[in-house]
Amino acid sequence: MEIPRHWRLKKQRYALVGEVCPHCEAKIFPPRDVCPECSREAKTEFQFSGRGEVYSYTTVYDPPAGYEEQAPYTVALVKLEEGPVITAQLTDLDGQPVQIGMPVEMVTRKLRNDGDERGLIVYGYKFRPRLERQVAN
Amino acid sequence: MDQQPLPQHPQHLLLKPAQAVGIIGYGAYVPRYRLPASEVARIWTGGEGGTPIKEKSVPGVDEDVITMSIEASRNALKRAGIPAAALRAVWVGSESHPYAVKPTSTIVAEAIGVSPNTQAADWEFACKAGTEAVVAAMGLVGSKMAEYALAIGMDTAQGRPGDALEYTAGAGGAAFVIGPAEQSLAIIQAAYSYVTDTPDFWRRAYQKYPEHGQRFTGEPAYFEHITQSARTLMEANGTTPADYKYAVFHQPNTKFPQRVAGMLGFTKEQIAPGLLVPVIGNTYAGAALIGLTAILDIAEPGDRLLVSSFGSGAGSDTFDLLVTEAILERRDRATKTQEYITRRTVIDYATYARMRGKLVMK
Ligand SMILES: [Zn+2]
Repeated sequence: MEIPRHWRLKKQRYALVGEVCPHCEAKIFPPRDVCPECSREAKTEFQFSGRGEVYSYTTVYDPPAGYEEQAPYTVALVKLEEGPVITAQLTDLDGQPVQIGMPVEMVTRKLRNDGDERGLIVYGYKFRPRLERQVAN
Repeated sequence: MDQQPLPQHPQHLLLKPAQAVGIIGYGAYVPRYRLPASEVARIWTGGEGGTPIKEKSVPGVDEDVITMSIEASRNALKRAGIPAAALRAVWVGSESHPYAVKPTSTIVAEAIGVSPNTQAADWEFACKAGTEAVVAAMGLVGSKMAEYALAIGMDTAQGRPGDALEYTAGAGGAAFVIGPAEQSLAIIQAAYSYVTDTPDFWRRAYQKYPEHGQRFTGEPAYFEHITQSARTLMEANGTTPADYKYAVFHQPNTKFPQRVAGMLGFTKEQIAPGLLVPVIGNTYAGAALIGLTAILDIAEPGDRLLVSSFGSGAGSDTFDLLVTEAILERRDRATKTQEYITRRTVIDYATYARMRGKLVMK
């Protein structure tokens, strides 16, 4: 059981909330309170747009405990529009080939059950192929 | 059935807040998977007999009422153009809340950025839970206790394998930011609720699938409650079906809403844009509300709309809405309902059984 950890991480994990450096404007994810660019203090919350592109990816056939239900699935390095590169599962792919540079967008989904069906359901960000819109955002 | 006589002054029955309210933003969500009704028929009846719809939407393995409510709410907030933290209530109506004890609404509120200065609660009234939340939001905003409230109707309903409900039990719904009328893209001019104790459909605690009271599902339940609710609202309002550009009724299958529209005097054209059940199935607490989102996606300023939900047990809420100029600029800010419906991946029964946890693994 990792309930305290889930609770502490929920804001960044549910909604991709990171930080912005007040000194050099660098956008930071995951939040770490120190700017990786200029090494100064950076504690200002920043809501990422959730848009990015696939930087690299791999398919998982032999999943770790808690993820069996979803296997096989694809994990990608996603380069966010604002700069940071993060690791996340891709979803709603359903057979379509993943490509480097593919535009994706963040959605909040079930990540896994903590333990069995009696445990907490863990929610967090994943990325899906960006929805085609008749009108651009 | 008999139309019961209305009281002397039916306008007193209308729900109208002290301050006029309306929809500031709306958002829909439909998962991408579709199970054709012909697949269900292939498994259980050898493909014999007609089917009540063409296909239904099925949630992915990582989706539930919480994740779907989050996406619909983000769409509603984009259209509303207000910061999430301005909401003072997050109310989710559903009969498929993921937890038996632990609110759906607190997780949704946290994920969309409303927490912690807010009310949060889950509403239950079978398929009427979503519109019940809308009426409550009207009260909260209309009394000026809050400027904005979020009301959601969302479901991932399940039918027992082989049961008639398995053809239609779909997944989807909608979220609405309710606020002052002057900021609205559709003013809610009035609402009316009609409720009785009717044994048409139920699910006991710890049971996975619902039961239905056979002959009680049609006439005494669905048709009686919707006609009473819609007729009373129109009578009290002094309107007739001809005053409405579009209407949407709760849609457990294709025939029921078509027939109730005919009984009330609405045309096929009036209900066409909101009749989504043939292509996404019955989305229960989301059904009437997602129909409304499809209408708002195409409505013009000045259009008057009628919305009637139905929930087993039983009751119906009817709303009278007036679309404003704000619709033209706001509806393009988020994914439209038909865009979600067109995004579709057809699955077979085996994939469906795996995705919906119908296979016993241990
Ligand atoms: Zn910096």
